[in-house]
Amino acid sequence: MALRRDWVYENNGGTCVAIAGSDYCVIAADTRLSVGYSIYTRDYSKICKLADKCVMASSGFQGDLKALQKNLAARHLIYQHQHNKQMSCPAMAQLLSNTLYYKRFFPYYTFNILGGLDSDGKGCVFTYDAVGSYERVGYGAQGTGAGLIIPVLDNQLKSPSPLLLPAKDAVTPLLESEAVDLVKDVFASATERDIYTGDKVEIVVINASGIRQELMELRKD
Amino acid sequence: MFRNQYDTDVTTWSPAGRLFQVEYAMEAVKQGAAAVGLRSTSHVVLATVNKAASDLSSHQRKVFKIDDHIGVAIAGLTADGRVLSRYLRNECINHSFVYESPLPVSRLVVRLADKAQVCTQRSWKRPYGVGLLVAGLDETGAHLYYNCPSGNYFEYQAFAIGSRSQAAKTYMERRFEAFNNYSRDELIKDAIFAIRETLQGEKLTSSICTVAIVGIGEPFHMIDQKIIQEVIDSVEIKEDAAAAADQAPAQDDDKSSEAAPMDI
Repeated sequence: MALRRDWVYENNGGTCVAIAGSDYCVIAADTRLSVGYSIYTRDYSKICKLADKCVMASSGFQGDLKALQKNLAARHLIYQHQHNKQMSCPAMAQLLSNTLYYKRFFPYYTFNILGGLDSDGKGCVFTYDAVGSYERVGYGAQGTGAGLIIPVLDNQLKSPSPLLLPAKDAVTPLLESEAVDLVKDVFASATERDIYTGDKVEIVVINASGIRQELMELRKD
Repeated sequence: MFRNQYDTDVTTWSPAGRLFQVEYAMEAVKQGAAAVGLRSTSHVVLATVNKAASDLSSHQRKVFKIDDHIGVAIAGLTADGRVLSRYLRNECINHSFVYESPLPVSRLVVRLADKAQVCTQRSWKRPYGVGLLVAGLDETGAHLYYNCPSGNYFEYQAFAIGSRSQAAKTYMERRFEAFNNYSRDELIKDAIFAIRETLQGEKLTSSICTVAIVGIGEPFHMIDQKIIQEVIDSVEIKEDAAAAADQAPAQDDDKSSEAAPMDI
């Protein structure tokens, strides 16, 4: 086997979660940036506000994430100049998908999850793969801890779960505070078992009154 | 003024060393509806007169936000102005993307001036028929520039372009030395006054003027029509209280200033 010397990516680890409610959306990501078995920093934000009611969280290669965020921010500014309004969350979702597929043959190494409110004020979450395949879901998780978190969300958020086919509801019937508590619980659990998840979790909640942010401490080991 | 022999091509000089097509383009600016700009050390205000093609149509947009820290007001061919605004917006976005910082105003006006100059030296192009008042804030402070179809640009404390702009200029010439120390609200008031000078008797209402401001701690934005109307009303009340004698000297000034030629 020849030694591959052209591997230009790096996985910085981390986990992102998003849950859509009837009139809110919770997006959360841990703040640890790692490489291999080392931690680069305990205080790195993987969440980016793209528009008034639209927030993106991604895990994967943070260098590509920074570039992707800048790209989308610039495209959003152009949209605002042309249309005199902010982009809606579903519009941003399509833009993100197109931007990712544009680099189909040299992808952004990012695993994205987009959360916000749609034009009716209902919560929406979109989940992506690295090359732009996306789907609107009631909740999602990406990153190194996703495998630990998704089964718990399937169990706890019953109605939007794809395990009940067809999904009974597009969004969870939980209250905003219950969803935030659930997010804190799943992160605490994922931190126990996933070495790349920990330090702090940054939780962003979008609802009709705006966007608010909170930080919760996690285990640092 | 109208020499037909050397004015067919923009790339033809006249024996007197003039490019008539460029001068004709600047004439287009003079025919457009008025726009004024005023600057203090911390704020820049732009104000324009909104001309509507007819009572049935909407007003033309003459003030454009270019970035959070820059805006422009145009006079002349508004279609050219729209296209140039798109160019300016792109330049700002690209600069922000690469340097993660706002494009300095002086750099932007140079790029705009260079773009205008290209059109004065290509036989298959025509000069842009629009003058732009560029108002912006950057690290070096508040700035107001005027970009000409000729590719020239100048920095101003205050300036007016478009039809009957000489009246506004005369008004501002008397006051500009104090502008640097003006508060934000005084600057807005004087901008509206300057616009009123260009109306020459027509009733000033908030529906026919657009006012925009950019300043320290204040990104570029249009000022709400209600606030403009309040300023106009407060001014009108003061004037009704003062004697009609105030009106007479103002009119004499305008008559003499109309006669003086506008040099570039």
